[in-house]
Amino acid sequence: MPKINLNRTPMPKQEAEKRASSFQEVAIGYTLDMAKAEASRCLQCPKRPCVGGCPVNISIPDFVKSIVEGDLARSIAKIKEANSLPGICGRVCPQESQCEAQCVMAKKGASVAIGRLERYVADWERTQGITMPSLPAPSHKKVGIVGCGPAGLTAAASLARRGHQVTIFEALHSPGGVLVYGIPEFRLPKTIVQGEVNFVRSLGVELKLDWVVGKTITIDELFGEGYKAIFVGTGAGRPQFLGVPGENLGGIFSANEFLVRINLMKSYLFPSYDTPLTVGKRVVVVGGGNVAMDAARCAKRLGAEVTVVYRRSEAELPARREEVENAQEEGIIFRLLTNPVAFHPNAQGKVQTVECMEMELGEPDASGRRRPIEKKGSNFRLEVDTVVSAVGTIPNPLIPQSTPDLKITSHGTVTADDKTGRTSKAGVWAGGDVVSGAATVISAMGAGKLAAADIDLFLRS
Amino acid sequence: MYRITEKSPLAPNIFLLKIAAPAVAKKAAAGQFVILRLDEKGERIPLTLADWNRETGEVTVAFMQVGKTTRQLATFRVGDSIANFVGPLGKPTDIEKFGTVVCVAGGFAVATVVPIARAMKAAGNHVIALMGTRTKDLLFWEDRLAAVSDELIVTTDDGSNGRKGVVTVPLKEMLEKGNRVDRVVAVGPAIMMKFVAATTQPFNVKTIVSMNPIMVDGTGMCGACRCSVSGETRFACVDGPEFDGHQVDWDELFARQRAFVTEEKQSLEQWQRQMAEATAAQKTA
Repeated sequence: MPKINLNRTPMPKQEAEKRASSFQEVAIGYTLDMAKAEASRCLQCPKRPCVGGCPVNISIPDFVKSIVEGDLARSIAKIKEANSLPGICGRVCPQESQCEAQCVMAKKGASVAIGRLERYVADWERTQGITMPSLPAPSHKKVGIVGCGPAGLTAAASLARRGHQVTIFEALHSPGGVLVYGIPEFRLPKTIVQGEVNFVRSLGVELKLDWVVGKTITIDELFGEGYKAIFVGTGAGRPQFLGVPGENLGGIFSANEFLVRINLMKSYLFPSYDTPLTVGKRVVVVGGGNVAMDAARCAKRLGAEVTVVYRRSEAELPARREEVENAQEEGIIFRLLTNPVAFHPNAQGKVQTVECMEMELGEPDASGRRRPIEKKGSNFRLEVDTVVSAVGTIPNPLIPQSTPDLKITSHGTVTADDKTGRTSKAGVWAGGDVVSGAATVISAMGAGKLAAADIDLFLRS
Repeated sequence: MYRITEKSPLAPNIFLLKIAAPAVAKKAAAGQFVILRLDEKGERIPLTLADWNRETGEVTVAFMQVGKTTRQLATFRVGDSIANFVGPLGKPTDIEKFGTVVCVAGGFAVATVVPIARAMKAAGNHVIALMGTRTKDLLFWEDRLAAVSDELIVTTDDGSNGRKGVVTVPLKEMLEKGNRVDRVVAVGPAIMMKFVAATTQPFNVKTIVSMNPIMVDGTGMCGACRCSVSGETRFACVDGPEFDGHQVDWDELFARQRAFVTEEKQSLEQWQRQMAEATAAQKTA
């Protein structure tokens, strides 16, 4: 038996200097040789703990084994039994806290790079032409999916593969939800999203863009049009703000607005595209999550000096380690243990300085993280041209407002059973960020998949 | 794609469009708006609803040529299609029997005020309509507004039609005379709405204004349209667009409306250059 390599095959990346001014994808992807080398690190252990670590339970050892054998067609078919969006998941899943965290190899040195392998086979398939799975006889039962993000796309694909007639209603002009408006091109190219959305459509799923459920049509009206089941996957799209003075000055954006302008509206190509965004020389991004990292790295690519301001210390940064490292490599400055307390304007009413306070960490709070406490008299000001506030999002209010009998929590999320996605309203399921609050792409996909299984049972009974 | 079924000029630089959008027409109500995007490279802009027809599935909007997008829209013809047309968005005007309601329209917002006045009248209110423009050439739909109100007062800044002066003059007279006014609804340029609110405040008359900040998605997702009302941050797109005019932070709205002045000018100039080049190329060909 050959000796097992304890180190992961590194992911080739664009050089930090080049990529800080380019929206092209940072990670370049494995070659076939690299993929085979990495895949051969898998022990094919009998307990398969990685499968349990995957929210959609992909048969990971099987697809990895097929790579070693050079049978990439079989490998992608294995993945797609469980996951219709592998090119997306291979790029944006936090594998280090899911499948890879469970990998036996993690204890021996480094886990198998499952995410990179998933991405490799998904990208391989795209160059080959996508193979259509065979579909069962149509059930002629109509299912409506609200929102074309990760949860909705997964539920749609899963239901279509069970023979149901699925229609997705999407409010924006482009399908993909957070995958198109939130996650930047350099982390998830929009052609990948487009390709995987097209795959879902090829399963027979109808896509209605420009439909704002709650406004253009309500959930009750959808039942009136013959839909037998509705899945709500509308995400957590409404931005929160800090609630400090001066927050509505010109030049202060929610991360959602900032990222929507860049990713969905392509303002980095202004004036060739109509939607403008000028960041100026100095940008401050408030927050320490993945969204803050995305906003900071976008601002850097628009030519600014970028500072991330976060109220806790580096250990508490909620962003993926990999994203923090990418940001640091690209020259993003981190002001940790720092919290904005006010924004001050120039004569035109545009933000000119951010007033901050230094913080120190106290006892752990309800979230288990040490609570940041203001240091008295530590106020200082940062000069800025643009501020991006990335301090969290909550679900959009349009569905709750227009569906009075849908039970909503005090946080604005929809109440749903975590095993089935069933809500308080008969015939309505929900999953993803609209239920959990802002979380990950893959957990939303997992919820979409569970709900689809339960909807299928319901439609057959 | 959404087809344009009718286009007509209303006044210099101001156009009416009818657009085939059956789903929007089916749900439209007074005070709501749509977001449209002309083509793949276009921006998303809000326009308030002027009318709708549930039978034909058409939605009517009025717009003034100001920046690049509205000028480009003015070049569209009947039969052309626009890429996206989303709605109806925002909360409808709060319509009930208040008693006497004054509906104030500034400039081309008369197109938005007509359905509001119509709904107020249908709810049993005594409707006094008040419309003002700079000069008589910019007046349109006086007949339509008259048809849905009990009294109509027209003002022009230069006195070329109706009373000379701005809309707040007759409004103030009405209130000073002690005429009963239970509610005022004002739609128009932000500065006009600010002065209407300032006029009614001493008389404690509830005054509803329709905010017109910059928007991107129009569905509560980006917060570009946020404004301070009663000291709280509200989104005009989903919490409004109508708010209590006495509680709005107007200076904040003005500053936020100006956020992209430089870029808007750059975008318009580039488009005008492209149009000029296209025209020149056509002539030589």
